Amino acid sequence: MIEIRNLDFSYKKTPVFSDINLSFPQGAIYGLLGENGVGKTTLLKIICGLQRPLKGTCTVDGMTSHDRLPEMLQRVVFLPDEVTLPDNSTPQRYVSELAPFYPTFSQGAFLHLMQELEVEPERKFREMSFGQQKKSLIAATLSLGTDYVLLDEPTNGLDIPSKAQFRSILSKIADEGKTIIISTHQVKDVENLIDPIVILSHNAVLLDASVQKITEKLYFEYGGEAREDALYSELMPAGYMNVIPNTTGDESQLNIEALFNAVLRNKNRINELFK
Amino acid sequence: MEFRKQKSIYQQIADRLMDQILAGMPAEDERMQSVRDVAASMGVNPNTVMRSFDYLQSEEIINIRRGVGYFVSPDAKTKILALQRREFLEEELPVIRQKMKTLGIGIEELTKED
Repeated sequence: MIEIRNLDFSYKKTPVFSDINLSFPQGAIYGLLGENGVGKTTLLKIICGLQRPLKGTCTVDGMTSHDRLPEMLQRVVFLPDEVTLPDNSTPQRYVSELAPFYPTFSQGAFLHLMQELEVEPERKFREMSFGQQKKSLIAATLSLGTDYVLLDEPTNGLDIPSKAQFRSILSKIADEGKTIIISTHQVKDVENLIDPIVILSHNAVLLDASVQKITEKLYFEYGGEAREDALYSELMPAGYMNVIPNTTGDESQLNIEALFNAVLRNKNRINELFK
Repeated sequence: MEFRKQKSIYQQIADRLMDQILAGMPAEDERMQSVRDVAASMGVNPNTVMRSFDYLQSEEIINIRRGVGYFVSPDAKTKILALQRREFLEEELPVIRQKMKTLGIGIEELTKED
């Protein structure tokens, strides 16, 4: 379990978080969403101990992240959006250098993941495209076998077939009880994969709810006219999509982009609906 | 006018599993694919598929054998057809009826042989 309590953080004089509370119980694929600059990456860095909160606490299985205890570090892995890889190294050498720090690493899992993502473990990074490098990093990261996996924009640079493979791999890993937090703007890449959904804004958590709870509270109506009372409406080829409060109890198909827009525009109403 | 509401993903998956059972894959009394395999093959969250399985179990279309997995109930097809018939009558037929009225299509069109 990752627990964030009364957390304050700022970069010099720019406040990022003030009095944030969030918890990530074990065994789910959390989707961390928010506009540019709200601190999604910062939050991941605080969880893995790379940034120190100004006030408040962040703990992983009860251990304060910034203490960077070996027992905590070996349970958490963070894959940043951009990683500079040594040109002459290979995925195999890269993962072999990380492996000693992670007792749960599995070479078998690494090779299996590389095969699933169709990247050669012995190929030099400089001979690879950006997407292949990214896939190598994903395979290396997941093969470490940590209980907590923090992924920042993991689908950036992946080609179209790889995105489906990525979802399939993550689905299997979640089924093993791992806790995965995916920070992303590419919500279509992880639609139907992330659950619960956490939406951050400057200095606040706007939404932290399971997909079931969201579709119980909000109804996504596809193909009609714009509604006055909608929290969000958007014209699609087949008509308007409306996000309205769910009054019938029928659950509809969640559209994450529409949810995001609805939440951003109706902070108080959403708060009221979900409290 | 929408023909069908867009159901939530867990319901869409449950519908698909029911269609597969109706087609005999898997047949009655046979074992279901695991939640994990269904989720991975679709790239969806395993909890969502778990909800679909829970729903099918609550409708007694599948049953769990502890330590073994989920199995299709002996009378699953009858139960699925009853469910689908109810859904057709309550949700789809009113839409079709309305559309036929709008398009001026009479009842005889429904029974006409090609």
